[in-house]
Amino acid sequence: MARTIAADELVEFKQREAGASPAGSRAPSSSRTITLAVENMHCGGCMRKVETALLGVPGVAAARANLSARRATVIFDRDAGAAAPLVDALEKAGFKAAELAPDTIDNEKDNPARPLLARLAVAGFAAANIMLLSVSVWSGKGGGADDPTHALFHWLSAAIALPVVAYAGQPFFSSAWGVLKRGRVNMDVPISLAIWLSAIMSLYQTMRGTDQVYFDACVTLLFFLLIGRYLDQRVRITARGAAENLIGLQSRWAHVIAPDGTIERLPSRLVEPGMRIAVAAGERFPADGVIASGTTIVDESLITGETTPRTAAADAVVYAGSVNLGGPVEMEARAAENDTLLAQIARLMATAEQARGRYVRLADRAARFYAPMVHSLALASFIGWMIAGAGWEHALTIAIAVLIITCPCALALAVPAVQVAASARLFDKGILLKAPDGLERLAETDVAVFDKTGTLTAGVPSLANGDAIDDATLMAASALAAASRHPYAQAVTQAAKARLGAVSAAGGVEEKPGFGLRRATDGGEERLGSAAWCGVDDAQASAASLWYTRPGAAPVAFRFEDKLREDAAATVDALIRAGYRVELLSGDRIEAVAAAASAAHIADWQAGLKPDEKIARLDELKAEGRRVLMVGDGLNDAPALAAAHASASPSTAADISQTASDAVFQGAKLSPVIELLATAKKARRMSFQNFAIAFGYNIVFVPLAIAGFVNPLVAAIAMSTSSIFVTLNAVRLRTAKLELKA
Amino acid sequence: MTSLAWLIPIALFLGGLGLAGFIWALKSGQYEDLDGAAWRALEDDPPEKPRPGA
Repeated sequence: MARTIAADELVEFKQREAGASPAGSRAPSSSRTITLAVENMHCGGCMRKVETALLGVPGVAAARANLSARRATVIFDRDAGAAAPLVDALEKAGFKAAELAPDTIDNEKDNPARPLLARLAVAGFAAANIMLLSVSVWSGKGGGADDPTHALFHWLSAAIALPVVAYAGQPFFSSAWGVLKRGRVNMDVPISLAIWLSAIMSLYQTMRGTDQVYFDACVTLLFFLLIGRYLDQRVRITARGAAENLIGLQSRWAHVIAPDGTIERLPSRLVEPGMRIAVAAGERFPADGVIASGTTIVDESLITGETTPRTAAADAVVYAGSVNLGGPVEMEARAAENDTLLAQIARLMATAEQARGRYVRLADRAARFYAPMVHSLALASFIGWMIAGAGWEHALTIAIAVLIITCPCALALAVPAVQVAASARLFDKGILLKAPDGLERLAETDVAVFDKTGTLTAGVPSLANGDAIDDATLMAASALAAASRHPYAQAVTQAAKARLGAVSAAGGVEEKPGFGLRRATDGGEERLGSAAWCGVDDAQASAASLWYTRPGAAPVAFRFEDKLREDAAATVDALIRAGYRVELLSGDRIEAVAAAASAAHIADWQAGLKPDEKIARLDELKAEGRRVLMVGDGLNDAPALAAAHASASPSTAADISQTASDAVFQGAKLSPVIELLATAKKARRMSFQNFAIAFGYNIVFVPLAIAGFVNPLVAAIAMSTSSIFVTLNAVRLRTAKLELKA
Repeated sequence: MTSLAWLIPIALFLGGLGLAGFIWALKSGQYEDLDGAAWRALEDDPPEKPRPGA
């Protein structure tokens, strides 16, 4: 019986399934589960509709929607099922859905935040209990360190703290060990040292029977740091999951023609070289390949940035993502060959990504001088007190106090707390920050390089000569156009909606793919389509791409252009005011780029660039000491996005470009770029403020520790308050009003 | 003071019980969809597969 599955059953099922098939062989066909990204699922009612719709599909054993992740998981009865009927069922229920690639984050099975949350819980439990024991010791009336109750409480604290430190601290220890092996230092090195030294020294002091026991500080430190690390991990996973959903929802279906002539609908990622695929007019090509039969016109703006459509006959190479503007064709999928544009892009990407791996994060740069300083300070205090004749036990106690006071808790929280607040703020505004160090790199940029097609412009055709067309004609043409999914027809419908409010589709419209639409009326035939279709003579034909004719009237031309995003010029102005140098690098024709550049107020532009020429320009800027923010969407921008100091792309961008970008922004506007940079710069300032808070607190307490005035109570209070101050400071970023400043 | 000998173990045991409960809830996937869980609590019965002909 099909049903909604409970959360724990789903986890169990997935773990069983993962155990049954060896890791690495998670081929989609062998899996009995399919995970779908579901757009516009917002409430409990939607969730229920999604589950009901999925359960109505034959072969489905169980289904569960996840509202937080905007996903749904389906388990099939016996054999693996196909995604197509599931997506159809959801579409009928009013939801846009798409199957996710198997390598996306699986929330139920391998969410990396989950083990971190378990460690956080254990550390919290230990911190609370040890603090209870410590408070009793601090406030107790007993006879001081010699009282057996003190000793008992210290031993109990040790029994709780030591295993907890060993378990809960592992994320820090393994990270610290990882960089130490490579001869470098990051923030986790001083953290791990402080945790272990304070734990071991406290154990030693417990054995000796003194009151210089810091188990509480040690575990509380771990607890605070794990909170920071968990939140950091969680915002990043949320953003990454949302980015994967976006890419998934963009994925296309391939109508694969089997040898016997039947057509099967497959997700485009399952297309294999050699398959024959039918591509209807107005659709995007689902895979790379060559035209097998038919002739058409192809819009390759997402691939090359070129907005003028190209004619493609048999054996012409077509790329996944380009739009078939002409008639229906059949294509044969081919693997990427060495001399194709795609192979070139893949090579450029690989080189570009290697170069970026060398970035050192702010916190780790701080750790580089902080760690040696702190450890030598502790050593100096020990030696100093020895020379002063304090005896080695007293000197050691003071050295531990120095280590614990300088313990980089606030310092280690300084950057992650800001990072979490900034990511959450951007997420609320529809900007997905994907790279962990993206914010820091974005803040350092001083040149903004834009791509034209799809980035400065909307990337879809819109009616250019609307003023020349009267209302009656537009209404009549849009009544025909409403019947078609062709991009030009949709542009006409959009223009009519904007001007007339609503579009009423006419009945009896017939579409001839590759030519146009027609409808029989009382007075004769109305036509909307290519010049040949409408009988427009050759002299006029080149003036426009779409024509409308009706009996007894002159043909009306419809011209289209890829319009600038409405706030493109305002965004560029804001960037220039903030001291940015703005450039436009496009693969499109020189006239189109010149027009767009002047409309968007960009003085420096280059047209007709190939992917490697874009990178060459970025390298030139880099050689001048500039740090480039690249904003682009096309496949041809992907290498430049990977090579730039920081990068962003709109959510309509090609998959590879979105993957290469540090941030992905949603919506029809370009202003998220400003928000992104303003947040990144503010985050950088706040990180420095937090460093200042952390150092300021050290400047007050370290002399006290060196002088020997610090006891476990002072240490615990000082450490907690500084961490809380740093966190509260970061939280301000969530709601602050920001402006992009120079 | 001897009361500590059984009060402390009891306190730790009860706290540990809460911790174990949390970790069980975490492992069984109850923290995977906090938004959804809030809505599910309000629902009556989970949807069943529509029977053929029904």
